Amino acid sequence: MKLLIKNGRVVDPANKRDEICDILVSDGKISKVANNISCQGCRTIDATDKIVMPGLVDMHVHLREPGREDQETIASGTQAALKGGVTSLLAMPNTTPAIDCAKHAGLLKKIIRNDAAANVLICGTITQGRAGRKLVDITQLGKAGAVAITDDGASVDDQRILLTALKQAGKGGLLLICHCEDKGLSVNGEVNLGIASTRMGLRGISQESEYLRVQRDIDLANKANARIHIAHVSCKETVEIIAKAKKKGVKVSAEAAPHHFALTEEAVYGFDTNMKMNPPLRAREDAEAIKKGLKDGAIDAIASDHAPHTENEKDIEFERANFGVIGLETELAVSISELINTGVLDWPQLVCKLSLSPARILGIDKGTLGPGRSADIIVVSPQKQWVVEKDKFISKSQNSAFIGRTLRGVVEYTIVEGKVAYQLK
Amino acid sequence: MKKWQRKDLVGLENLTREEIELILSTAESFKEVSTREIKKVPALRGKTVVNLFYEPSTRTRVSFEVAAKRLSADVITIATETSSVKKGETLIDTGRNIQALKADIIVVRHNCSGAATMLARHVDISVINAGDGWHEHPTQALLDIFTLKEKYGKIEGLKVSIVGDIAHSRVARSNIWGLTKLGAKVSVCAPKMLVPVAIEQMGVRIANDIDDALKDANAVNVLRMQFERDEGTAFPQQMEYFKNFGITRERLEKAKKDIVVMHPGPLNRGIEISSAIADGANSVILEQVTNGIAIRMAVLYLVAGTKN
Repeated sequence: MKLLIKNGRVVDPANKRDEICDILVSDGKISKVANNISCQGCRTIDATDKIVMPGLVDMHVHLREPGREDQETIASGTQAALKGGVTSLLAMPNTTPAIDCAKHAGLLKKIIRNDAAANVLICGTITQGRAGRKLVDITQLGKAGAVAITDDGASVDDQRILLTALKQAGKGGLLLICHCEDKGLSVNGEVNLGIASTRMGLRGISQESEYLRVQRDIDLANKANARIHIAHVSCKETVEIIAKAKKKGVKVSAEAAPHHFALTEEAVYGFDTNMKMNPPLRAREDAEAIKKGLKDGAIDAIASDHAPHTENEKDIEFERANFGVIGLETELAVSISELINTGVLDWPQLVCKLSLSPARILGIDKGTLGPGRSADIIVVSPQKQWVVEKDKFISKSQNSAFIGRTLRGVVEYTIVEGKVAYQLK
Repeated sequence: MKKWQRKDLVGLENLTREEIELILSTAESFKEVSTREIKKVPALRGKTVVNLFYEPSTRTRVSFEVAAKRLSADVITIATETSSVKKGETLIDTGRNIQALKADIIVVRHNCSGAATMLARHVDISVINAGDGWHEHPTQALLDIFTLKEKYGKIEGLKVSIVGDIAHSRVARSNIWGLTKLGAKVSVCAPKMLVPVAIEQMGVRIANDIDDALKDANAVNVLRMQFERDEGTAFPQQMEYFKNFGITRERLEKAKKDIVVMHPGPLNRGIEISSAIADGANSVILEQVTNGIAIRMAVLYLVAGTKN
C-alpha cells in the first residue's frame, strides 16, 4: 500500500524542514520526502496550499474507559482525536478502575487493541486508587506498557511518596506527570480567585494553590535527579518557576491547554459550566504568560486536557457541575487561531508544541516526518474558517468551551501508520 | 423612556442605567397602590406567579407574594422541603414543569450562585432572581436604591458605604452594580477576610475602618452578619465584630447628621447594629420593607409585559 501526498507545505521541525514538497508513504512508513515524487497507481492526495505535518501527540486526554463509557470510550475518543488531527494520545488513568496495577493496564490494553482508531498510550497512576497513600508498583506498570504515571485530578500530598515515585519512575524510564494543586489552598474553589470569584460570588481557586505545589514538586524532582512533567499550567507564576528551574538544569517539562491561553476568566461571567475546569480560566496576564512561555520554551507542549462530561453533569447549577472541557477536536484550530495568526509562534514552532515535543517527552518515536518513521501525518487547511457547533462533535460529550467560536484551521486528512484514518467530508 | 425588553431579572450587573431608572419610576407609581383602602390593581390578573424557594426566606418570599397579589396575579409558593426537589429533581426539570403548568413568572431563591441565570436560560417564561448564593439579590438592591432616592431625590453623587460580610453577600454585589451605574460613590468596609480580592475592580473603594466608612457618607447599608456560616476559615467573633464594625450611636455621632441607615434584615441587634440605631431617627429599615413591595410589583409588572 502506497500513498503519495503532493505539493503540500511540509513542516517537520525534527528534520528542520519547512518547504513545499511531496511525501511518499509505503507499508505504514514514510519512505521518501522530496520534490516531484511520482508513483504510478498510488493513491495521491493533493496538498496544494495545505500544511502537511506530523499528527498531534496529545499527552493529556481523558478517554473515560473503563468505567464511564457514557462520557467517552476508547473508540469515540480516538475517532474524535482523528478529526482533530491527533494521531497519538496519552490516556489519563483516572478511570474506574484506575490504572494502578499491571492487571488494569492489561485490561486497558485489550480495549485499545480492539477499539482504538489512533495510537493510545497507557498512563498509570502514582498511588493506588489515586488516593495518595500507597505507591503503585511502577516497574510492573512499566512492564504492562505504561509510559507515564500521574495521579491527575489530584496532587500527591505526601512528599515522601512523591520523592520515591520520582526516583522509581526515573529508573524505569517512565515519565512522572504532576497535577499541581494544594487542595488546602484551593478549598472547594470554582473559578479563578480574582475578578471572577469576586463578581460571581463563588469560591476562588488561588494561583498559589497551583504554583506553590509546582515549586515543591520541581524541588523534589531536582532532589531525586529525576524527570518531572507539569500538567496544565494555568498561571504566570508557574511559567516563571518552570523557566527558572529549566535554567538551573532541572529536568522539567510542561504542557498548557488551549483554553488556558485562548480564554480568560471573563468567559465564566455568564455561569456557563462549559467554562468550568480545573485549573480554572485565569486572568489576561496569565494567558499572556502562557503564550510567552510557549514562545520562549518554558512550556514545551500543548495538550488538550480533553475531559468529557455528560449533559447531566454539566447542565446544572455552576457549583454542582463537574470540572472539565473537551478539546481533542478543537486544539489544533484554537492553536492556529491564537498562536499562528497572532504571530506568537511560526509553523515549525507550533508543530514542535503539538507533535514533536510531546513525543520526545513521552519517549515515543512519533512527531517527525523523517524517512523510515511511522507515517502519522495530517493534512491541514490552515486558514479555512469554521464555527464550533455543539451537534458536530464526534466525542460522546459536547462540553466544549469553544462552542459558537469561529476558528481557523481544518484537518482534511489524518493518516495513521500509512492509512487514511479520517478524511473531511 | 424605552420599553422594558428583558424576559428576566437575574441581576443588576447587566442592566443599563436606563433600565434601572425605569424600574424605579415604575415602582414609584405602584407605591401608591399599597396606601389605598383596596390595595389591588388588575395589572397581572390572569397571570400566575410561582415562588420557588430553595432557601428558607420569610421577608423576601412574603414581599413577592404580597406584591403579586396586589397586582391580582395568582400566586403559588413552592418550598423545597415539600416538593419533588427532595426526590432529586433538578432545577431545570422543576422549572420546565412549572412552565408546563402555564405559569408566567418564576421567582427563584437558591443557595447556588448563578442558579437564576441558569434557570432563565432553560425556560421561556420569566425568571426573577430573589437571591442566588453570594451572587445577586437585585430586588433588594433596587428597594435600597429606591429608598435612598426617596430621601435624597437622586443617587448621582451620593456616598454610600456598605458594611459587613461583603464576600458572602449577594445584597452587597447587587447594590454595588446598581449604585455605581447610577453614579453613587460606593465604599465597602469589612474585616479583611470578608472583602473579596478584586472588589475594587467593581468600582468601589475599600474603607480603612468603620469611622472612615461613615465619615462623609450619605448612607450606610449594614449587612447581616451570618455567624452560622461555616467556611472553615477564620471568621470574626461576634463581640469583636461589634466592637470594630458595629453601627453604634457613638460612631454615628461622628457622621453626617442626616446619614441614612439601611439594613436588609433580619437584624442581629447588638452585633452589626445597636438597637438604638436600628430603631432611631436615621433608620429607614421599615421603609425599606414597604418599598420592597413597590419594587417587586414594578419588576413583576415589567417582565410580565414582555410576553405580550
